[in-house]
Amino acid sequence: MDTLLDVQDLWVKFPSRQGVFDAVRGVSFTLGRERLGIVGESGSGKSMTGRAILRLIRPPGIVEAKQISLGGVDLMGKSEKEMRAVRGQRISMVMQDPKFSLNPVMTIGDQIIEAYRQHNRASKTQAYAKAVEMLEAVSIRDADRVMRAYPHEMSGGMGQRIMIAMMLIPNPEILIADEPTSALDVSVQRQVLDIMDKLVKDRGMGLIFISHDLNLVADFCDRVLIMYAGRIVEICQADKLSEAKHPYTRGLLNSLPRLDAPRDHLEVLKRDPAWAQAPSVSGRV
Amino acid sequence: MALAENEGGARNRASLPRWVTATLKTIGSIAVTMLGLVFITFIIGRVMPIDPVLAIVGERASQSTYDAVFLQLGLDKPVIVQFAYYVWDVLHGDFGMSLLNARPVSEDIARVFPATLELATLGVFFGIVLGVPLGVVAAVRKGSWIDQVARVVALVGYSMPIFWLGLMGLLIFYGMLGWVGGPGRVSIFYEDIVPSVTGMILVDSLLDRNWTVLKDAFSHIVLPASLLGYYSLAYISRMTRSFMLEQLSAEYITTARVKGMSEWDVVWKHAFRNIRVQLITVIALSYAGLLEGSVLTEIIFSWPGIGSYITTALLSADMNAVLGGTVVVGLVFILLNILSDLLYKVFDPRAK
Repeated sequence: MDTLLDVQDLWVKFPSRQGVFDAVRGVSFTLGRERLGIVGESGSGKSMTGRAILRLIRPPGIVEAKQISLGGVDLMGKSEKEMRAVRGQRISMVMQDPKFSLNPVMTIGDQIIEAYRQHNRASKTQAYAKAVEMLEAVSIRDADRVMRAYPHEMSGGMGQRIMIAMMLIPNPEILIADEPTSALDVSVQRQVLDIMDKLVKDRGMGLIFISHDLNLVADFCDRVLIMYAGRIVEICQADKLSEAKHPYTRGLLNSLPRLDAPRDHLEVLKRDPAWAQAPSVSGRV
Repeated sequence: MALAENEGGARNRASLPRWVTATLKTIGSIAVTMLGLVFITFIIGRVMPIDPVLAIVGERASQSTYDAVFLQLGLDKPVIVQFAYYVWDVLHGDFGMSLLNARPVSEDIARVFPATLELATLGVFFGIVLGVPLGVVAAVRKGSWIDQVARVVALVGYSMPIFWLGLMGLLIFYGMLGWVGGPGRVSIFYEDIVPSVTGMILVDSLLDRNWTVLKDAFSHIVLPASLLGYYSLAYISRMTRSFMLEQLSAEYITTARVKGMSEWDVVWKHAFRNIRVQLITVIALSYAGLLEGSVLTEIIFSWPGIGSYITTALLSADMNAVLGGTVVVGLVFILLNILSDLLYKVFDPRAK
């Protein structure tokens, strides 16, 4: 498997008056043309990992890494201006809630066209045609009307499909999906995931799928990193998640109710302080 | 979906085009608000412990003169009838006679209001042109030295008494450096040279292509206008900063950055677009505040504006002039409110 992204020893630090807080502590993994899931509870550093790859941690936050190598080039050595050519065009990101991640006062068409023209020399008409084509690719009927509409006129599921269209239109190699379905109704989650999956597969992209939903990740991804307190505690193949060995993963799995095997008593996760101290497991292949 | 609902609603309501009903609604709301305003000024005129008849005829007039004027003013009629007369007069632009100079109040206002309009417009222009960028930069570079400077500039603007700043300004820029003209709207030998069309000397001299007068008028207005501009700058820049901070932490800003946009585009094309509506409110408020007439500035700079006019009238119990001035100031507030409502609809798709 060819490696798209190689992250080595990634740290995200936030200096504060009480000392430095480490949100991500020495995380290493590689990403090929696969669907890599990152799971963990709130505050485990999974979103920070995604944003750090794009170097989008805002000051006072600091990103440190031995390397974040994209196609053999280290992103850590790039200037802000060089990073802008990477963002959108080579690595893109879909965020949690389209209600907040789309600009409320711009038409959807303008926002998609802007994403395309940021990296492609194209006339407005060309970009418009391209945007309509992309909207149709995410199963939006009546794309011309949607182009003229504003985000508040869209439902959540449509908004997220628009977001996917917008982020994939410059044809990036890697998509980071940060809890892309958490804000959506359960009934449309699957639809949005299927569309995203199809596009990512057709284009031979790498996908980093960040979620707190173990079942969803086990179902949807190829490989799963389990994060706890800023570290990777375990890595496994998604279809073998039920055989996971780390007590944290086991605890999470045991605390999930199951429809096919009802239980009277769900276990409460007991945290061992040693987990946070143990060195990070490497997710490099 | 939302679009479809709106269209359906419009069809059911009336066959008139939507902009016609919207305009009628606006006119209706202006009329109701104006009536309320006139009612309040009317009541103020009644409850003031000033005998309007005595104020006209003087204390030594005979009883027969007093009675004649009493009848002439219609004070024998029921209050509601008096109010109807008052509304009728106001609708015809008749605010009665000024007791001080025995001229129609409407003529006085037509003379003093353009002076204030000119000063306030230039002032708020300075406030916007400097205050908005300052606020944006302060938000983008939060915590930097620019932010600190902007904070101090605004703090001084809030807390310095304007008469002191005005006097210091005159002393330094007029008295010592001679860079600007002194008090008054133009130098005395340029007075009444350009024909009065709008009553605003800058505009009139521009229409008359009289560059000498234009230059002189500008040198007179620039100091008081900068001073007023400084005050609105203080307010506008602080509000701009806090609006921008709120938007810059929004998730769609991250989206714009993920697209690979430059920081300049992120700030101006995305964040700034979202604060326009709030900014309009702030600017309209500070403009309206300046249009009320800033009494102290007008007095220091011998500026014959509406602020000093109303104040003089109040001090000499010239109620017709006070009420006339109040109605005009109220009208300005109403019109600015409607203007900002209209701009909301232009700038925010959700307000449609």
